[in-house]
Amino acid sequence: MPMLRRSGSTIAAKAGMLFGLFCSSPVMAAAEEVAASGSQTPWWVWPLVLLVLCFVLGIFAVLAGVGGGVLFVPIVSGFFPFHLDFVRGAGLFVALTGALAAGPGLLKKGLADLRLALPVALIASTCAILGALLGLALPTYIIQIALGAAILMIVGIMLKAKKSAFPEVKAPDALSQSLGIMGVYYEESLGREVDWKVHRTPLGLCLFVAIGIMAGMFGLGAGWANVPVLNLVMGAPIKISVATSKFLLSITDTSAAWIYLNQGCVLAMMVVPSVVGIMFGSLVGVKILAKTKPAMVRWIVIIILGIAGIRALLKGFGI
Amino acid sequence: MTEPKVRKAGPTEEQLIYADLLNKGMLVGLLGLLVTFVIYVFGILAPVIPKKDMPVYWTHSVHDYLHHTGLQAGWNWITQLGKGDMLNFAPIAFLGAVTIFCFLRIIPILFRKKDTLYGFLAIIEVLVLTVAASGILGVGGH
Repeated sequence: MPMLRRSGSTIAAKAGMLFGLFCSSPVMAAAEEVAASGSQTPWWVWPLVLLVLCFVLGIFAVLAGVGGGVLFVPIVSGFFPFHLDFVRGAGLFVALTGALAAGPGLLKKGLADLRLALPVALIASTCAILGALLGLALPTYIIQIALGAAILMIVGIMLKAKKSAFPEVKAPDALSQSLGIMGVYYEESLGREVDWKVHRTPLGLCLFVAIGIMAGMFGLGAGWANVPVLNLVMGAPIKISVATSKFLLSITDTSAAWIYLNQGCVLAMMVVPSVVGIMFGSLVGVKILAKTKPAMVRWIVIIILGIAGIRALLKGFGI
Repeated sequence: MTEPKVRKAGPTEEQLIYADLLNKGMLVGLLGLLVTFVIYVFGILAPVIPKKDMPVYWTHSVHDYLHHTGLQAGWNWITQLGKGDMLNFAPIAFLGAVTIFCFLRIIPILFRKKDTLYGFLAIIEVLVLTVAASGILGVGGH
């Protein structure tokens, strides 16, 4: 088993380094220029590359414990010739489809909680509409700069944010009590049921205003923000937070995705290969998860996101 | 009488029904997506925008894309389902609507269980998603 772990981690490390080199290589830059100039690139080339990339992203997303959306938009907008409008539209459907696929299982296991999700989702989905409208109204270079800054902030959160398996919640606040946001779930690692409740609900709901706006504006899935707020701010156990966050995306991203769809920002040529790639990649990622070291993969993802964030900033400033 | 504040372990009735419908909707949507994409890429139905022209358009903003192609945003695609590219929007829209269907399904359950507050929250969520889906919200292009 240790040899399998080492081989799995080695493969992941090498794949990550190759991916990083590929994305930052002059090859990608040249390909981008060729495509942007409208030359004779066969129409199937970039969708095929997108399919392969999203397959790899799907694997890495599972191994690193992040959603597909937070990887898709930064990387595709940074290294592919597609305009940011279409990348955001596709990114939302990538995140949405992933959430639609994972949601049922998490709901049935009682890890994703509908009572916790609904009030939060209502705020986030409404604000995601505002974010999408704002994101489509602002000039592209401003969105590019803001996206770069947001990605680097996400990298910072991934580096610094701690997770609390069972946060201490001395007493639920009045709002969570009146909403009945509390529950019981079976924790396999402990072999027993765990009661949970939340606090600081008003603060959590306020934070979801910002999360919703960012999700809509940038076409990102919001899992990178949902989990810390649910877990560290509101005090939900980490498994409840992660599962409910994934389910939440199916609601938050639905509202923003519709705005992008109705504005013409969704191209089947991008969405379908992306969705198919991410879903199959996720399946593979789940299979090899046990054989890899998540910490190493997480570092690879952080580095790649950092590169993508810097690239987005440079693109926004016209560099 | 409202739902008891003490919860038992395991998902609630409405949660299970939501999950079941979500799963079925997702599978139908994904299958539809694959079928319509095959129709598109293999040219079984001619597209509105020739596939060979897409590499030019997708590098431009959506405003320029719509302007140069003459396409209209919103639900206009529904009048062009006989076209290979537009047909793909049917399963895409379906995937976007699955969540709405799920909430509509559980609203009666919530009211039956006298969980009035969550019943109304679910109704408001349906309204929010429906407004987003309707296409009445829009911006000028940049």
